[in-house]
Amino acid sequence: MRRPTEEPAWLRWLLCLLAVAVLGVFLVLPLAAVFAEAFRRGVAPALAALGDPDALAAIRLTLLVAAIAVPVNLVGGVAAAWAIAKFDFPGRRLLTTLIELPFSVSPVISGLVYVLVFGAQGWLGPWLEERGIQVVFALPGLVLATIFVTFPFVARTVIPLMQEQGRTEEEAAATLGAGGWRMAWHVTLPNIRWALLSGVLLCNARAMGEFGAVSVVSGHVRGETNTMPLHIEILYNEYQFVAAFAVAGLLALLALLTLAAKSLLERA
Amino acid sequence: MRRRDALPGLGLALGVTWLWLGLIVLVPLAALAIRPWELGLAGVWASVTEPRVLASLRLSFGAALVAALVDLPLGLLVAWVVVRYRFPGRRVLDAAIDLPFALPTAVAGLALTALYAPNGWLGAPLAALGVKVAFTPLGVAVALAFVGLPFIVRMVEPVLRDLGPEAEEAAATLGATRWQAWRLVVLPALGPALVAGVGLAFARAVGEYGSVIFIAGNRPMESEIAPLLIVARLEQYDYAGAAALGLALLLLSFALLLVFGAMQRRLRRGLP
Amino acid sequence: MTIVVSELRRRFGGVAALDGVELSVRSGEFVALLGASGSGKTTLLRALAGLEFPDAGRILIDGRDMASVPARARGIGFVFQNYALFRHMTVAGNIGFGLRIRPWRSRPSRAEIARRVEELLELVRLPGLGGRYPDQLSGGQRQRVALARALAIEPRVLLLDEPFGALDATVRRELRLWLRGLHDRLGLTSLFVTHDQDEALELADRVAVMRDGRVVQCDTPEALLARPADAGVAGFLGDAARLGCEVRGGMAWFAALPPVPAEGVAEGQAVAFLRPVDLLAEPGEGEARVAASRQDGRGVRLTVAVGESLLEAVPAPGWQPRRGEACRVRVLAARVFPA
Repeated sequence: MRRPTEEPAWLRWLLCLLAVAVLGVFLVLPLAAVFAEAFRRGVAPALAALGDPDALAAIRLTLLVAAIAVPVNLVGGVAAAWAIAKFDFPGRRLLTTLIELPFSVSPVISGLVYVLVFGAQGWLGPWLEERGIQVVFALPGLVLATIFVTFPFVARTVIPLMQEQGRTEEEAAATLGAGGWRMAWHVTLPNIRWALLSGVLLCNARAMGEFGAVSVVSGHVRGETNTMPLHIEILYNEYQFVAAFAVAGLLALLALLTLAAKSLLERA
Repeated sequence: MRRRDALPGLGLALGVTWLWLGLIVLVPLAALAIRPWELGLAGVWASVTEPRVLASLRLSFGAALVAALVDLPLGLLVAWVVVRYRFPGRRVLDAAIDLPFALPTAVAGLALTALYAPNGWLGAPLAALGVKVAFTPLGVAVALAFVGLPFIVRMVEPVLRDLGPEAEEAAATLGATRWQAWRLVVLPALGPALVAGVGLAFARAVGEYGSVIFIAGNRPMESEIAPLLIVARLEQYDYAGAAALGLALLLLSFALLLVFGAMQRRLRRGLP
Repeated sequence: MTIVVSELRRRFGGVAALDGVELSVRSGEFVALLGASGSGKTTLLRALAGLEFPDAGRILIDGRDMASVPARARGIGFVFQNYALFRHMTVAGNIGFGLRIRPWRSRPSRAEIARRVEELLELVRLPGLGGRYPDQLSGGQRQRVALARALAIEPRVLLLDEPFGALDATVRRELRLWLRGLHDRLGLTSLFVTHDQDEALELADRVAVMRDGRVVQCDTPEALLARPADAGVAGFLGDAARLGCEVRGGMAWFAALPPVPAEGVAEGQAVAFLRPVDLLAEPGEGEARVAASRQDGRGVRLTVAVGESLLEAVPAPGWQPRRGEACRVRVLAARVFPA
């Protein structure tokens, strides 16, 4: 006899198989295709594609952009989380909504807005040009667009946890004579460190993988303003499929590592 | 004067937050709201009602809706299985759900194209059946469904976990069959989460770029999505036209999000 | 409707939640399942409702074996501990649920269902609240909605899992008496789980005391208090103090109290259970001293120091004891078991 909240065994197995099939065909098969295409002619051509000077330049640029964008969003995200989770102030809900805003904006628009401000015909474009400062089609533009698209990650992973923990521990620390920084360092940060790390991981994965936004502001100069995802597109459009999928495979590997780390963190 | 607070740092935290938010998000978005009007009202209207633009908006919104609606049952199935059943490989399945979140969109686009191209693993058998996926609007919908699936699963999962077995047990003691309990008790409780998930998947899909442009084929009037048209206008230095289309896209998707929000509130009656 | 449970067993992992339960409930009885948490009382209730399946043993309801009858066909009303109301349905929707889902042949008409719902709302004293959602009700109101919902299917047997557990003390007392009245009026056979002995002793016709997955004693409250089956039951009931003693010649001898009769108890070391009402403290020089005195709902209670132990006792009528005053303690009754 079955419990009334259980489906018959055949149905349970059918649903499990269906779910595995859905995820297999939908999510895992594409991933497998990336590696299959990358190694179509063996391992050597794939590795050679990664050793190409342009590819190396793209990897360096990607790391550099992420190395700037992630810390900026870490600081901003933690500040926002501290204010939103621990205090009540006028405009709190508006602030929460605005922080989430970049998630509902198309990546192309995220790039577009910086072109509108800093581009050749942008608000600040001519002024910047006179002074020889280039934002769009250069590193600053890539960084700004990346910060925009990864803006909410840290704040949104940390805020729910901080709200749940409330402010009693900090208040206790205050009664014991702890000042602001000491309190943040010894009480607040240890409590949120895993969520914070998880947010940083997701932020980083998106920063390294962002395509639409950086594509708009990059200008696609090989070896100079091409990040890895953009490099993939160029290789693909030049029919260098093995090379394109090799670089894609590297990014896919990063995604898998991020997922593994995140699922480990969630269990910790 | 602000009320004194036992905890320090509100002023500093708010200052940093508004600075960060203002410089990165608000000022640039203001440019998007202001720039199109250089064309004048009639110019903006003409710019967003060009046949090619309308076709691209139809495709972006239509394919996004189709994709979100396809994701709805699939996401519900996956969430149900992950929460309710114990079977070998469940952990891996659970972790794999987030793949579209973590996988760079360009990689996803490339992968889906390889998979569904006429000579691909799935494209070849489908082509034999006379179904062409890659380089058609169907391909766009497939890519958007890929991107949207985790939104539904991750919205439904916690609600399903919190639901617990009691409500279904109560239904059983009152004479409900398993199907009745599921349809009348479980599904309505999941309703708001499902709508929220569909809304998120939809919003993401409307603006999606990287995972679509490889598989779409990008033929004007047929398989060209609205974000691609924005890029095309930028490449012609038509800033105002690009901004007009961007603003239209943004406002349309906010309007739809409001509709989803209203639906959610209707379904939420009595629920926490 | 009679309920007969025999040799019921259920294991969860390595733990036996039910370890050979025997219980028989007569038609029209109101029976309490009383026990500490983990004693198996909820598992037993769920097994009766068909929410849990025993590994071995039988459940007969009105003589019919329930082994192959699914929960939905048992016609048993079940009130869950946290009520398990359907949150997305109104109160009326909740109450009418069991009628609406019947196969169309036996389903009452819409108007008939509405009429039944109104009747039940009257019965549970919530008239006019049919349009509310559960989250707009107080705890006590939710409890009564859960009860009305269970009663809507006109069950033969009503099972209640900790029905008053989540309510505050005043609501709890009021609902108790009302529920007992309802049971009598509707001619139900009811079984309720509780860990509160006052509740069990006050409400039930009979109380089944559970321990380690078994019913160790099932008796009327009076019999249970007067003749507990073993030391465990005696210790669990009536706030009894536990005192070591020695049985010699049919009497139990204490270190500092007068002996009491202990017939039928084996000679040697033993334990005695003494409720406050078993001990009468009288003024006068003696072995005891008044350590504290307090007034509660049932009168004055003394804490007296006797030798090494502190015991609860009742003062002799007309005596106004003072703290530190010497006194004598008479033992009116005691339940003695071999150690």
